[in-house]
Amino acid sequence: MFDLDLWREIFQSINKNRTRSLLSGFTVTFAILLFTILFGIANGLENTFEEAFGTDANNSIVIYSGRTSEAHNGLQAGRKIQFKNEDRDFLLDKYGDKVQYFTSKVNKSVNASFRGEKNNYQLRGVYPEYMFIENNVIKDGRYINQNDVENKIKVVVIGRAVENELFSKTNPIGKYINLSGIPYKVVGVFTDDEGDNEENVIYMPISTMQSVYGNNDYVDLMHLTYNPEMNSDQALSFGNSIKKSLKDRFDVARSDQRAIRIFNMAQGTKQVDVMTSSLTIIILVIGFGTLIAGIVGISNIMIFIVKERTKEIGIRKALGASPRSIVSIILIESIIITAIAGYFGLLIGVGVLEAVGPSLKEYFIKDPGVDNSLVIGATLTLIIAGTLAGYLPAKKASRIKPIIALRND
Amino acid sequence: MLKIHQLQKSYAIGDSSLHVLKGINLEVEEGEMVAIMGSSGSGKSTLLNIIGMLDEADSGDYILDGLPIKNLTEKKAAVYRNKFLGFIFQSFNLINYKNALENVALPLYYQGMKRKARQEKALFHLEKVGLANWAKHLPKELSGGQKQRVAIARALAANPKLLLADEPTGALDTKTSYDIMAFIQQLNNEGKTILMVTHEEDIANMCKRIVRLRDGVIMEDKKVNQVSALQYV
Repeated sequence: MFDLDLWREIFQSINKNRTRSLLSGFTVTFAILLFTILFGIANGLENTFEEAFGTDANNSIVIYSGRTSEAHNGLQAGRKIQFKNEDRDFLLDKYGDKVQYFTSKVNKSVNASFRGEKNNYQLRGVYPEYMFIENNVIKDGRYINQNDVENKIKVVVIGRAVENELFSKTNPIGKYINLSGIPYKVVGVFTDDEGDNEENVIYMPISTMQSVYGNNDYVDLMHLTYNPEMNSDQALSFGNSIKKSLKDRFDVARSDQRAIRIFNMAQGTKQVDVMTSSLTIIILVIGFGTLIAGIVGISNIMIFIVKERTKEIGIRKALGASPRSIVSIILIESIIITAIAGYFGLLIGVGVLEAVGPSLKEYFIKDPGVDNSLVIGATLTLIIAGTLAGYLPAKKASRIKPIIALRND
Repeated sequence: MLKIHQLQKSYAIGDSSLHVLKGINLEVEEGEMVAIMGSSGSGKSTLLNIIGMLDEADSGDYILDGLPIKNLTEKKAAVYRNKFLGFIFQSFNLINYKNALENVALPLYYQGMKRKARQEKALFHLEKVGLANWAKHLPKELSGGQKQRVAIARALAANPKLLLADEPTGALDTKTSYDIMAFIQQLNNEGKTILMVTHEEDIANMCKRIVRLRDGVIMEDKKVNQVSALQYV
């Protein structure tokens, strides 16, 4: 129930005792200010980490093959291990539920030309899923699709850098690009926010590439992303079991470090996770410490306020104020002061972060800031804090005996 | 109107206890104006506090307008105080950050009256004590006599059955005291029942009945010829 009169009473009391209200709000403002700035800086550090990893799917596992370094099962050392298309089927059969996207890949350097413009680019034969693994964005046209792969169609998707260099005058979609003598139809242009390096690339259906350049089913490497619901420990052990299965499949000694190699992003993710989570814990501990100090501060001042208002509360009681109405006056006043003061601290904190944020980049703090959920969380925390801070003093106030309060001093 | 029978009250002071009221019997009829007198420590303020439901007796009966006042919860006591009693204090006890009108309206707020009706009624009572022009002034801008008038208006606002005054003129000079007494007499003439604690003989003589307390018992309870305060004003 909204009692306008009660609020009027409370605002009058806050307004007529401004110094007192300001003082009691100050500790909370300061606590929230510190909390916001700490949190913003922590966010900034996290952003820096994230940027360092780029936008490639950070749940990637890349599988390379090499030559065996140990003799095993009667096979001598130095044997070359060659992945083939069927290895993809083998892994998908075995680990399908743990895999998000999977592609085999063939790499080759090609000389590309279009109407007299020429350059060297990296050509990659891939499955359609690769687009998600690399986090590529289609700018024009489309990516390679399943139909292309099944029918070995001679189509390519080119990076933006390729477009800029070879197709400066025309729209590349539908045009034929010459790759080492063979024309391919350009069906799409993609961008990659990792920059030129990743845009100096041409993609082709893996089947087309295999049939045109070698007429075999050889695969250079396999690239997959694991189910993002796995944590980094699960992902690491998943990587290890892939390695083991492949070693068995290719008759490689378990101890052989060269024949099958795995690059697992979970390795790095785990380190970053540990680092950011310990950072978050530290920030939370400090933040909550400050907040508790703020609550204790406001609680103290509320106790003082109740003492100061003893006489007034006695008068109110003599005039017919119920204990409950006394509790609500003190409690709501405390909540309002805490909420307003805290919100003020939040605003200052966000303002400070906005102001100094850009200049902090050289200290590995990128885009420090707080998100909406934190603001909402902080507001709720403030209301709870105000209630906690005000409860004891309010209870105390409601127990004031008017006869003692009104004694002539 | 008010019936008190064998009222006892003692306070614990350290290990011993102080027996303040040792069996008080008192009856007050509607429309009376009673002065309770006695030296300090005689128990007169304690008696007034018990009557005002600000304190509770250890034993004995207290019946106000047919209602037994006993074992009240704080909430109930608050409602009764608001409904039945009006308080006038020696030190006025106005809320210092509220203006005269807001002070007078406060008991009506606790009655749950709407803001507009409250203000109208408060203004009516301020007018009655002659301070309508001072409605927007804070207590610190008022003289002692004016403050007590505001306090009286506040006591009257909820239209109580009984007015309780604790040394209402104790903080005022003689002239202002008589001024206030004249006003209280006028209220009494209009039918209000008034109970007043005082230790000044001249003030007591302006009441219709004097009850003298000594050491927690009633020594004397007599009707007097009321002296009109108006003649001194």
